[in-house]
Amino acid sequence: MKTRTTRALQCSATLVAAGLLLTACGSSGGSGSGTQAGSTSFEGRGPITYAAGKDSSGVVQKVIDRWNAQHPKEKVTFIQLPTDADSQRQQMIQNAETKSDAYTVLSLDVVWTSEFAAHQWIDRLPEQQFPLQKMLKPVVETARYRGGLYAAPASSDGGLLYYRTDLLKKAGVSRPPTTWSQMTADCAKVEKLPEAKGMSCYAGQFQKYEGLTVNFAEAVNSAGGVVTDASGRPDVDTPAARKGLDFLAGSFKDGTIPKEAITYQEEDGRQAFQAGKLVFLRNWPYMYSLAGKSKVAGKYAVAPLPGLNGPGSSSLGGHNLALSSFAKNKATALDFMKFFSSEASASTFLKDASLAPPYTDLYDNASLVQQYPYLPDLKQSILRAVPRPRVVQYGDVTSAIQQQVYAALTGAKSSAQALKDLQSDLRKSTAQ
Amino acid sequence: MTDTETLPETAAHRSGGTAARPSVPARPRGRRSRASAGSARMAALLVSPTLLVLAIVVLYPTLMALRESLYGPKGLDPRTGFIRTTEPFVGLRNYADIFGPAGDRFWNAFWNTTFFTVVTVGLETLIGVGMALIMHRAFRGRALVRAGILVPWAVPTAISALLWRWIFNSDGIANALIGRQILWTTEGFHAKVAVVVAEVWKTAPFIGLLVLAGLQVIPKEVYEAARIDGASALRQFWHITLPLVKPALLVAVLFRCLDALRMFDLPYILVGAQKNSVETLSMLAQNEASNVRFGPASAYSVLLFLYVLLIALAFVRLLGADLVGDGGPRGRAGRRRLVVARPAEVTA
Repeated sequence: MKTRTTRALQCSATLVAAGLLLTACGSSGGSGSGTQAGSTSFEGRGPITYAAGKDSSGVVQKVIDRWNAQHPKEKVTFIQLPTDADSQRQQMIQNAETKSDAYTVLSLDVVWTSEFAAHQWIDRLPEQQFPLQKMLKPVVETARYRGGLYAAPASSDGGLLYYRTDLLKKAGVSRPPTTWSQMTADCAKVEKLPEAKGMSCYAGQFQKYEGLTVNFAEAVNSAGGVVTDASGRPDVDTPAARKGLDFLAGSFKDGTIPKEAITYQEEDGRQAFQAGKLVFLRNWPYMYSLAGKSKVAGKYAVAPLPGLNGPGSSSLGGHNLALSSFAKNKATALDFMKFFSSEASASTFLKDASLAPPYTDLYDNASLVQQYPYLPDLKQSILRAVPRPRVVQYGDVTSAIQQQVYAALTGAKSSAQALKDLQSDLRKSTAQ
Repeated sequence: MTDTETLPETAAHRSGGTAARPSVPARPRGRRSRASAGSARMAALLVSPTLLVLAIVVLYPTLMALRESLYGPKGLDPRTGFIRTTEPFVGLRNYADIFGPAGDRFWNAFWNTTFFTVVTVGLETLIGVGMALIMHRAFRGRALVRAGILVPWAVPTAISALLWRWIFNSDGIANALIGRQILWTTEGFHAKVAVVVAEVWKTAPFIGLLVLAGLQVIPKEVYEAARIDGASALRQFWHITLPLVKPALLVAVLFRCLDALRMFDLPYILVGAQKNSVETLSMLAQNEASNVRFGPASAYSVLLFLYVLLIALAFVRLLGADLVGDGGPRGRAGRRRLVVARPAEVTA
């Protein structure tokens, strides 16, 4: 009996071992001497790596090839991480926790900057070496932590309001709405049309995931509220924030937002809009060219997001380049970051992968605007944008937001109660 | 010998009484004392590579996780704005926290895990046995049916979760079939139902496969004898098929239980992360680890480990599932009865 028990023990142990192994490995770098802070010397030249999410357009490799042709002794290897942001972050954290030098330059989502900087997983960068004054100000803000520059803006992203030009025109509306009440009024006119039968008014991304945080922050900021104040403290239990959340919750209740939109991520919303089920949709610029190949082709346009009393503010998306603290050949890495985030590269990324550039000039370039008619609106969107909370424990902050806002949107809680609970949750997770 | 003589004999074995004992190949008493010291050393030598590998891949990570679970998350130094480089030792606080107000999420995940395990394994057992009985029948196109039943098991869990996410989409097939719109991937009991359906679809074939293997070693003569004795189909199933297939079934159910207890990818992809209605213990541990709180994450993993261990032990002790297949001398393992049945068949 004894041997059997032990063997049963071993068998069941094997089953969970895999999970534990991961945890154990991730933590082994827990104790160790602190790394240099702020006084990085960018020394060493030689081959380096660039770690970023999967590149479906192939443009990243193209730009890297250009670099490699010019710098045969300092070649850059592109390490492709998984497509979804959570696993990218996880792999980068694992890499940092083991102090591995496998990744040199990291492509960070804009909301990760504070976390990576606070853990000293990435180096502080010399500000004067990057043309920050030529970039849109809100974009540069996403690369800072406590005043220091920890990343180089590589691409940006802002929310846009997609709308059906054909239906608005037919309903006698000549210009896209700039406020929420205009939007619902326009919608009411459109819904009287026979061709708008069965259509819903508006949708965004309301599934319980990062997109909900984006949409909630936009609603709050567009109503004049804040999620976190200038010094990073939560301040969400305010009348302004409540107006923002009430707009979303109320729209769900009165059917302005269709009730299935609670399950929408970016792609679900895009499909609903392309299938002609929505008059207005909040989405990122990536959808612009895709919708051009659908049955709403030629029947839509974009505008900056509407707000409570005027144009609203978007949340910022995009990626920044950061330098891993544990990497070798940092002199090469710094040069590569300058090259990769240069205006020339940004222009290639815009043309080949329609990634929003951080550079102001490119938005005003006439030939680019002709090719990408959404650029002026996107520029407005980014200029008015507010970065999502810049906090170290971003993971906890975003899950607290998702938890409470989701409860408010599904009617499980009143907006007031949700914001009150959110304020106390956020206070806890930013207190550490 | 005739069949009529076999039946009472097998019946005696089935009853598990002392009557079964004599036909068991009796193990010599005091075997260990007779075994020479040399062969014992040889055995230890031969087993040592396995033990070494087990120590590296099982023991070491387990001990590391145990140690890690005694540490708290690194704090933020408000003066510098940097996270401290060392983790504070907090003793058993990570474990104690689950009994405080912060334990709500743990207990929710614990009950979800238990609910999924009990419900999915229960349904899978019923459906799996049904599938095995169908696959076991001799009929035309049997190979095709067998292959068809096994397809879901061959699909990777993450892929089948994506597949079911499309089915349970707001405009998906599931809603089209039932004729009303249920938003399956939102919070609520329906999200649990979606996970259960997808899980049962995927893993019932596993039980079906193992039970089929069990069915195929049951001698036909037993059924012939039962028929001659005039036993009905139901009676045959209840008194012959089920007891004889029990060892295989128990192993299958145990494996499914252990698997279901650490369920992660299906709810994570099908319904989504941080959904209270479907969050399991593995998802909770993963979530903590991804927020760089390895201490609490390890504590949750250790608790899950103990839970799994407890279930495995309960199976082995109470139900006599013979996991390793060598049937100890005093074991109540059902497998032994199967071993018994075979000599009976030979003597018949």
